[in-house]
Amino acid sequence: MCLAATPGYPMSKSYKRPASLVDRATHYCPGCGHGILHRLVAEVVDELGIREKVISVAPVGCAVLAYHYWDFDSAEAAHGRALAVATGIKRVRPDNVVFTYQGDGDLAAIGTAETIHAANRGENLTVIFVNNAVYGMTGGQMAPTTILGQKTATTPRGRSVKDEGYPLKIMEMLALLDGVAYAERTLLVNPREVLNTRRAVKEAFLNQMAGKGFSIVEVLSMCPTYAGKNPTDAIRWVSENLAKIFQPGRLK
Amino acid sequence: MSKEITVLMSGNESIGEGAIRAGLKFYAGYPITPQNELTAYMAEHLPLRGGIFLQSESELAAINMVYGASAAGARVMTTSSSPGISLKQEGLSYIAGAQTPVVVANVMRAGPGLGNIWPAQSDYFQATKGGGHGDYHMIVLAPSTVQESLDLTREAFDLADRYRIAVMILSDGMLGQMMEGVTMPAAEEPPVPVAKPWALTGAAGRRKNIVCSLFMERDGVEKNNLLLQRKYRRIAHNETRLEAYRMADASAAIVAYGTMARIGRSVVDAMRARGVRVGLLRPITLWPFPAREIARFSHKTKRLLVVEMSYGQMVEDVRLTADKKAVVHFYGRAGGGIPTHKQVERELTRFLARKKRG
Repeated sequence: MCLAATPGYPMSKSYKRPASLVDRATHYCPGCGHGILHRLVAEVVDELGIREKVISVAPVGCAVLAYHYWDFDSAEAAHGRALAVATGIKRVRPDNVVFTYQGDGDLAAIGTAETIHAANRGENLTVIFVNNAVYGMTGGQMAPTTILGQKTATTPRGRSVKDEGYPLKIMEMLALLDGVAYAERTLLVNPREVLNTRRAVKEAFLNQMAGKGFSIVEVLSMCPTYAGKNPTDAIRWVSENLAKIFQPGRLK
Repeated sequence: MSKEITVLMSGNESIGEGAIRAGLKFYAGYPITPQNELTAYMAEHLPLRGGIFLQSESELAAINMVYGASAAGARVMTTSSSPGISLKQEGLSYIAGAQTPVVVANVMRAGPGLGNIWPAQSDYFQATKGGGHGDYHMIVLAPSTVQESLDLTREAFDLADRYRIAVMILSDGMLGQMMEGVTMPAAEEPPVPVAKPWALTGAAGRRKNIVCSLFMERDGVEKNNLLLQRKYRRIAHNETRLEAYRMADASAAIVAYGTMARIGRSVVDAMRARGVRVGLLRPITLWPFPAREIARFSHKTKRLLVVEMSYGQMVEDVRLTADKKAVVHFYGRAGGGIPTHKQVERELTRFLARKKRG
C-alpha cells in the first residue's frame, strides 16, 4: 500500500512530517524502531485532530526523551511509574487524551504493579508498549521479555529457564483482566506491519476517546545495537525469533 | 464575618478537612496505621465535595498519581505513616526536580523497619534533610494541636502552589489519634484557583509544556539545581516560623515541636507556677528551620533543652544555630516511648541545677 493512496496524503507530496512531530534528529541508534513508532503516534494524533488535547507520559528507558520529538504536552515519569502518573493526569483531566509510551523493562519489570492495577481499574488510557527484548539505554541487559537463549549483558551465556525463568507474557496476563478493553500485539518489521501497527495505535486512541477504557498495543521492535546485528538482521530476528514467543495478533 | 462552628475531630480527620477546604482535587493513598482515619475521611468526604479519591495499589503508585495530577494542574495530596513515607521518597525527589506542588502528610510512627504503630518523631531527618536522592528540600510544617493540623494543612496548599514545592505536614500517631475541638467557618467558598501556565492541559494556543526532571544539556541539571537553591533561599527568608511561649524573661527553654511541644508547654506552665523562669521555643516550620530566631533567643536564654520522640534529630539543628555561649541539652525517647511530663520536668530541673559554664 502506497502512502500517496492513503486519504489525507496529497499527491503533490506523499511523505510529510506530521505536525505533532518536531523537526529534529532523534538520539536513537540506526535501525531502532522508536523513530518509526514515534512517527506513527504523531500521525495518528494529527489524523484524530487531538494534538491540542493529548498528554503523553514518557518512560525511563531509551524513549525518555520522546517529549522532545512530539509537539504536545508531556510528563516524564520515574522508572515504571508511567501508568500511575497517567492515572493522576487522566482522573483530573478526563477530557484530555492521555497515553503512556513504555518499554519492556519499564512496563513489565519495575512497573508491573502499576501496569496491572491501572489496567485492572480500567483506567481510560492508551498504552504504547515497545518490546525489543532488551534494556537499551543502560547497555543491553536482560529484559523481562528477553527470550530463552538470548545473550545480553546480564545473561552472557543466554537466558536460561533455570536461572532467569521464562520471558514474561504480560499482554496475555493483561488480556485476562476485566478492566482491559483492548490488547493487541503488532510488529514493525516491514511496511505492511508498520501500517498495521498504525491501525492498532489509532484504535487504542479511538477507544479512549469513546470512553471504552484501558487499551494497550504491544509493538515488537528492533534493537540492532544490543542484538549485535545490522538493522536488516535485527528485523529478521524480531520476525523469526521474538514473534515466535510473542505472537502477533489481537489478544482482546 | 461568616458563622463559625466548632467540631470534635481527630488530628487525622482535621488534616483531611483542612485539605478539602483548601480546594483539594485529587487524593491517592494506601492503608497504613496510625493514619487510616485520614484516608477514610477522604474516601467519605472528598468525592462529595468536588474531588477525586483513589486507593492506590502501593505508596509508590500513590505518590506518582499525585505527581501526575499535580502536573495536570490540580491541588493534590497523599498521606501515610513512616514506612509508607519511605516508599514515597523516590516520588518526592522527582516532584522536587520537576517542581510540581504537592501536599504530603506523615503521621509518624516508630521505626526503624516496621517498628510499631506508636507515635514517634524519628522521621525528622528524612523530612527536613531530603529523604530521596539529590539536593532538595520540602517545606515541613509541624502542627501541635488538632486545630493547627487543620490550619496548617489548609495553608500548605497555598505554599505548595506559591513555590511549586512539596509541603509535608509532619504529624505523629499521638496527634493524629487525639480528638479536640476545631473551630472553622461553617461554610467556606472554595479558594480561587492559582494560575499554572506550566501545567499539562493540552498544548492549545501555546507551546507545549513538559513536566520533567531530566535535562540532557551538559549544564541542564546544574542549572535546575541552582534554580531550586534560589527558591529554597527565598522560602527560608519568607516562611520561617517559630512560636515563643513565655520566653520574655526565660533563663532556660524547652525546644520541641508537635506532640512534644504540648508536653513542653505543660512543663513550662507547671514550673512557672512555682516561679521558675522557663519558656518554650516551638518550631512550626522544621524546614526552613527557624535558625535566626533561635539564635536570637539563645543570646539571652542560655540553656536550651531539646526534647524529641527520637534519639536526637532536631537537636542537631538547634546546636548548629544556638549561640556558642548557650548550652544545648537533649532528652528523648523513641520506638514508641513518649517522654512524660514528669521526665521532661526532671530533665529541665537537673539542667537548671547544673553549674553555668564560661
